[in-house]
Amino acid sequence: MQATEIVKLIDTTRCTACRGCQVACKQWNEMPGKRTRNFGSYQNPPDLQWNTWTLIRFQEHVDSKGNFKWLFRKDGCMHCTDAACVKVCPSGALFYTEFGTVGLKEDLCIGCKNCVAACPFEVPRYDGAKDRITKCDLCHTRLQAGRQPACVLSCPTGALTIGRKDMMLKAAEKRVKELGGDANVYGDKFVGGTHVLYVLSEKPEVYDALPKSPSVPLSILVWKDFLKPVSLLAAGGILVGSFLHYLIHGPKLPDDAGDAGKKEGGE
Amino acid sequence: MTNHYIDLKNSDVILIMGSNAAEHHPIAFKWILRAKEQNGARLIHVDPRYTRTSARCDYHVPLRSGTDIAFLGGMIHYILTNKKEFRDYVVNYTNASFIVSEDFYFKDGLFSGYDSKARKYSKDTWVFEKDAKGIPVRDMTLTHPRCVFQLLKKHYSRYTMEKVASITGVSKEDLTKVYAEYSATGVKDKAGTVCYALGWTHHTTGSQIIRTMSIIQLLLGNMGICGGGVNALRGEPNVQGSTDHCILYGNLPGYLKMPVASQDTLTKYIEKCTPKSSDPQSANYYQNYPKFFVSFLKSMFHDKATKENGFGYSWLPKMDDGAAYSLMHLFDEMYKGKIKGLFAVGTDPSVSSPNTAKVRKALENLDWLVGENIFDNETYCFWKGPGVDPAKVKTEVFLLPASASMEKEGSQSNSGRWVQWKYKAAEAPGDAIPVGEITIKILDAVRALYAKEGGKCPDPILNLKWDYKDSKGRFDVLKVAKQINGHFLKDTVIEDKAKGTKTEFKKGQLVPTFDMLADDGSTASGNWIMAGSFDAAGNNKMMKRGKDDPTGLGLYPNWSFAWPVNRRIIYNRASCDLNGKPYNPKRKLLEWTGETWVGDVPDGPWPPQADKQKGKYPFIMKPDGLGALFGPGMAEGPFPEHYEPLEGPLSKNPLSGQLINPAIKFFNSDLDKVANADAKFPYVCTTYSCTEHWCSGALTRWQAWLLEAMPELYVEIGEPLAKEKGIQNGERVRVSSVRGNVECVAMVTKRFRPFLVEGKTVHQVGLPFNYGWLHPKDGGDSTNFLTPTVGDANTFCPEYKAFMVNVTKL
Repeated sequence: MQATEIVKLIDTTRCTACRGCQVACKQWNEMPGKRTRNFGSYQNPPDLQWNTWTLIRFQEHVDSKGNFKWLFRKDGCMHCTDAACVKVCPSGALFYTEFGTVGLKEDLCIGCKNCVAACPFEVPRYDGAKDRITKCDLCHTRLQAGRQPACVLSCPTGALTIGRKDMMLKAAEKRVKELGGDANVYGDKFVGGTHVLYVLSEKPEVYDALPKSPSVPLSILVWKDFLKPVSLLAAGGILVGSFLHYLIHGPKLPDDAGDAGKKEGGE
Repeated sequence: MTNHYIDLKNSDVILIMGSNAAEHHPIAFKWILRAKEQNGARLIHVDPRYTRTSARCDYHVPLRSGTDIAFLGGMIHYILTNKKEFRDYVVNYTNASFIVSEDFYFKDGLFSGYDSKARKYSKDTWVFEKDAKGIPVRDMTLTHPRCVFQLLKKHYSRYTMEKVASITGVSKEDLTKVYAEYSATGVKDKAGTVCYALGWTHHTTGSQIIRTMSIIQLLLGNMGICGGGVNALRGEPNVQGSTDHCILYGNLPGYLKMPVASQDTLTKYIEKCTPKSSDPQSANYYQNYPKFFVSFLKSMFHDKATKENGFGYSWLPKMDDGAAYSLMHLFDEMYKGKIKGLFAVGTDPSVSSPNTAKVRKALENLDWLVGENIFDNETYCFWKGPGVDPAKVKTEVFLLPASASMEKEGSQSNSGRWVQWKYKAAEAPGDAIPVGEITIKILDAVRALYAKEGGKCPDPILNLKWDYKDSKGRFDVLKVAKQINGHFLKDTVIEDKAKGTKTEFKKGQLVPTFDMLADDGSTASGNWIMAGSFDAAGNNKMMKRGKDDPTGLGLYPNWSFAWPVNRRIIYNRASCDLNGKPYNPKRKLLEWTGETWVGDVPDGPWPPQADKQKGKYPFIMKPDGLGALFGPGMAEGPFPEHYEPLEGPLSKNPLSGQLINPAIKFFNSDLDKVANADAKFPYVCTTYSCTEHWCSGALTRWQAWLLEAMPELYVEIGEPLAKEKGIQNGERVRVSSVRGNVECVAMVTKRFRPFLVEGKTVHQVGLPFNYGWLHPKDGGDSTNFLTPTVGDANTFCPEYKAFMVNVTKL
């Protein structure tokens, strides 16, 4: 059976920030919990880490009307269609799966950290001990086994759902319409569309660590989509040119000009 | 709960007050969200703190900790002034029409009959006028000046918007908003419900806060209907199961009453506990009390319990008259050196009990301490705790490893009274065994010693029915469950006169309902409310997982067993009019067909009230059969009244000359200091848990993923107060009360705002209580160093949520 393109929908307006998903992810992926300090927020660890592939971000926000809102956002890999990380990965550790998500083959990773620099969402994190990067792989093996990702399974309120791309986008748009106000769908309009979509209650720019218009960095596009093909072309051209030259002009042999010294001393 | 979790989805307005439902009942919270999504229900969160619950509700209304009765009293005033009550329901289903004795009065904060020396009421005047037959006299027009309805109106006429706003710190706009929205459910086709938890019970007036809400729900006709009721969200460590099986000192299983010493015969006890009613339309179901109690005695002592020896009544321990044995009393006696040994089972009072300094000092007086738990904790290690010299402690401590909940089979009861059987999912490590097994082994050894050496009071121990082991000698949970359900002790024929049937039961067969229990010693039942958890054929109904929901109301009658007798919504006959027609046909919980009730298990099979011969009132567990607006059973008065917390910001109660609850008990050791309206401790403090930790944290602090998410003790402080004190977010501070102090991280937040109370700014702060010195070493110690040893006048549930502190930079 052919795998369908899936999307995980995060409806932040249904999230109670229980951290069930944060813990379920660690349990499934056997990631350790580390000793942290409370830096003045419920948010902990403070950021995504090599051992924290999804994180609930807590944000106290006062909107333009003076209403106080406590915003919760589940952060993690967006599983882009045009994934900057896949583009820059030299070893093929990062790859597109049959579901349209971005998978990670840990043993192919050489720890070059190109992806860390490239990702517009700052997702991949480096594990110094293993010299590899880590990130959410949208529970690839669970999807292959016909199961929900660990985070989706753990969510008690239905803030996390997963399904066929067209159906999830439809559900997101319906929800946004129900909510009204500044509610919007985030993820469908950039990097070719992401396989993680959000329903946000506020405009994207309000949210911590959420880029307003993420894109594959220009430098990477120039490098991978222009310079690399051009340089490959050039490299190829040099090889072909050298070969043709050999065919046409033959190898470089010693010639008369080489006996210059003898000529002078003759009859 | 009078209703159940799934029923929350049927509500039109959900008031979450005294609860942080999203954080502490995260799974059940989805039903609250369903109400919003499917019914367009309004979700209102009233709480001193803006929490993760507030974020998901339509709006949040902050109020000062400890002022809930003022807030709700204002709502009663609003309902009656604006005539929002459901008239028919109030007239017919409550005691609104009852005439109260002319000797009853309320004056300046006190009801008639108060003994200020004993701090106790005589309830002689809290009675109704009765006719020659002994039936309460009623005025169905509700106009008699001494009818309950008029007295209620008079009492709450003092709870004006101005007064309530000044006491609670809630603006008049917010009060009006909540009152208007909630009281709109006083109509036939709207249901309002309340979800409450420890935010209400953790006060010296806790029981009365709940009573105030019960009055509101009766006035609005919200009791006994889908999406209504008064719904306590019980604690996750099977608190519902625990109280059902009498963990509270004043109860016997099934909420029967613990006898007191002066009730020295079975007859005296039965006489005191069995209510009487002369009204033929009152079912007064508790008149069957003797059947439940004698069956309980038979389950304890079996053949040794005979009619001649009062069924072994003299072998039951008795409380001293007037004494109480709550957790606070226990540690007070221990502190005085009167308690020598303690079993601390699945608990960490060194972190979770009020007034930690007193508790920890008390433990040092023990000769022995036995812990039964899955991990070590601060209580078991008290002898090497901060400031304790182990060389000076003579206590012998035993640690018995116990199985965790998923390592044993048994029942677990949720707040909705659904008793769900669950199975073992993993083997317990090492020597750990279920607590039930530990109990069996200990009592086996005790009985053997008694048999061999004799000792004090051998009869209660040696006469116990004691065969709860399987063929391998291990604790057999199914045997115990069946004993709890109850069985026939001889061949019995039960006659159903109404149906004209006779059913035969054999000796040893399980009783299918408590209706069949007898007071003549022919039945045994360890817990009468659990009768019917097995059917007569011996099938365990708690194991059932039927997903059918014929009414569509979420009753799921074939999923597990709900006590009593699988009734899902209590007092459900109040959801119909006098003729048994549902008030709201769109949410048809019950309907009288002319012959029988269809829908949920009816709360009494009797015909509706309009049938003067055979019909009964709907509140069958009340002696008068009607919902109590006037409730003389409470320690501090038949109408709830606002009193300030024991330790609060005010020196005068704005409502009366009585500052604090007149019926609460004081503890007087040198460590029981109180600082009311004291400039040294100017901020109102509350305490609570968090989603990531469980109670004292004694289980969850060892779990790395949970500890990572919530690593250490913090105090939540509003931005205005932090600014005033120059405290930065994330800075370390000290929080202190007159009893003790803790160091922690300051969480400066917009979610806490100051209150304007009696013209002055009053700040509120809060801390979780999930941390202790044992682990992690740098995570903070018990928040209960701050809390006072004082509790509710009826239940002694401690006042953890309103006391006074100071916050200082380190």
